[in-house]
Amino acid sequence: MAEKVLMKGNIAIAKAAIDAGLDCYFAYPITPQNEIGEFMSKTMPELNKTYINAESELAAINMVIGACSTGKKAMTSSSSCAIALMQEAISAMATAEIPGVIISVMRSGPGLGHIIASQGDYFQATKGGGNGDYHTIVLAPSTIDEAVEFTHRVFYLSRKYKNPAMLLADGFLGQMMEPVELKKYDFGEVDSSDWELDGVGENENKRPPRKLVSLHMGGDDLIVLNNKLQKKYKEIEEKEVLYEEFMMNDAEIMITAFGTVARVAKSAILTLRQNGVKIGMIRPITLWPFPSEVVKKYSKQVKSILDVEMNEGQMALDVKASVETPVKIEILSKLGGDVIRARDIVNKVMEMNYVGIM
Amino acid sequence: MTDKQTNIIVSGFGGQGVLFLGTILSHAAIIERKNTTWIPSYGAEMRGGSANCYVVISKEEIASPIFDEADLGIFLSKQAMEKFEDHIATGGLIIADSSRVGDIQTRSDIEYCEKPFNTLVLEQNKNLLLNIVVLGFVIKKTGILSKENVLVALKKVSEMKKPEFIDLNVKSFEFGYSLI
Repeated sequence: MAEKVLMKGNIAIAKAAIDAGLDCYFAYPITPQNEIGEFMSKTMPELNKTYINAESELAAINMVIGACSTGKKAMTSSSSCAIALMQEAISAMATAEIPGVIISVMRSGPGLGHIIASQGDYFQATKGGGNGDYHTIVLAPSTIDEAVEFTHRVFYLSRKYKNPAMLLADGFLGQMMEPVELKKYDFGEVDSSDWELDGVGENENKRPPRKLVSLHMGGDDLIVLNNKLQKKYKEIEEKEVLYEEFMMNDAEIMITAFGTVARVAKSAILTLRQNGVKIGMIRPITLWPFPSEVVKKYSKQVKSILDVEMNEGQMALDVKASVETPVKIEILSKLGGDVIRARDIVNKVMEMNYVGIM
Repeated sequence: MTDKQTNIIVSGFGGQGVLFLGTILSHAAIIERKNTTWIPSYGAEMRGGSANCYVVISKEEIASPIFDEADLGIFLSKQAMEKFEDHIATGGLIIADSSRVGDIQTRSDIEYCEKPFNTLVLEQNKNLLLNIVVLGFVIKKTGILSKENVLVALKKVSEMKKPEFIDLNVKSFEFGYSLI
């Protein structure tokens, strides 16, 4: 095992992006992810790569579209209210089938809200604020080691499917430090030579011109495109679902939680297990595509489901949609940056079980 | 403070170096082949405002970096004591700077250990770093990490950030360590 070093989540994400082959970084500063831009501003020029502190988030995400349309690996990083500004461009990216990576380190909303951590952008990330029938691939790490792995993975997935892909972290993960092994993950290079806008060439090397567009007026163009996109989304749903299963074998209660909150849930589960409560967790890693099948499978085994989130219970909507049999679904929710602690979960589970377990 | 896991809150004024104190604990934990997490308060704080960090040190894998209660509180301001005294677990320990905190002890189920760190540092004509003096004291008092490993971490981090501070850091640590 390589040496583990103490590192902030934001720095680890920035390093992983560079290891994944990042060519261009475009962003506008916002807490709690500023260390990413700070690191990039120093490191990218040293590597003879592109760093631009854009004039706005809108400019940054459109720069990502521009760079990625030429086959380069580009990304932006931002947070909540500023990711909101990028939604139109993310829809355009999906429509024109341009890969691009967005690192979203959630703060508290709604509105400009507060800089403290929350998970309030589950809807924003998975349902999108952009228009039309599109999806963004969304991965939610819960440790810094995972943030490194998933940063590599979102670059790979975005290019594999020519689709925007997002790493959805929260302020805790961005700001915290823990020992991290900066592993390099090789998912293989994706060939983009058949679609990238790299110039038509000259003379005998000249190829027909190409275009990547988001406007599809004329004939059945948009119908054809939508059908094609839906086919692609179906393939992603079939192939790319990731989740963690924790102590579910004999579980009678299933917690659903993602990101940092899933770590808190683990602490609570360990405490509850010591007290004889048969409880486990399904932690969605891909928030889209959502791991519906495994949630459905265990919903038949458990007596109740407890969805735990530092938002109003946004993911619970996807949990409910995955469940076919009648099972009690409860939500433990804290909003506005209020932190969920293990004892909150333990207390909630005791309440659900009423008496006699502890 | 169990054999397995120690949860620590370090809190004081911005500028006192409480975040740095916390990171040295985490760095030393890695050298000691333990697991560790460190979460700062971030953002709106500034010099003179409040600053704090949450450190976990564990022999086992750390599930959550966010904990219910701390086993050890290191408080360098009155505000820190007021804010976090209730967050200490029964049987836990508070190490506080009595020259800043004053005599506030409202609980009988925890141990208080107070030293006038700030006054002691001032008496040395400021040739010591307050946060590292406290670090030395904490290590001697609690034994949560070995002195050797903390010194290795301190030297390593100083070397990366401010090599000219290595000697002063070590001197400050030894001063704090000798206060018991």
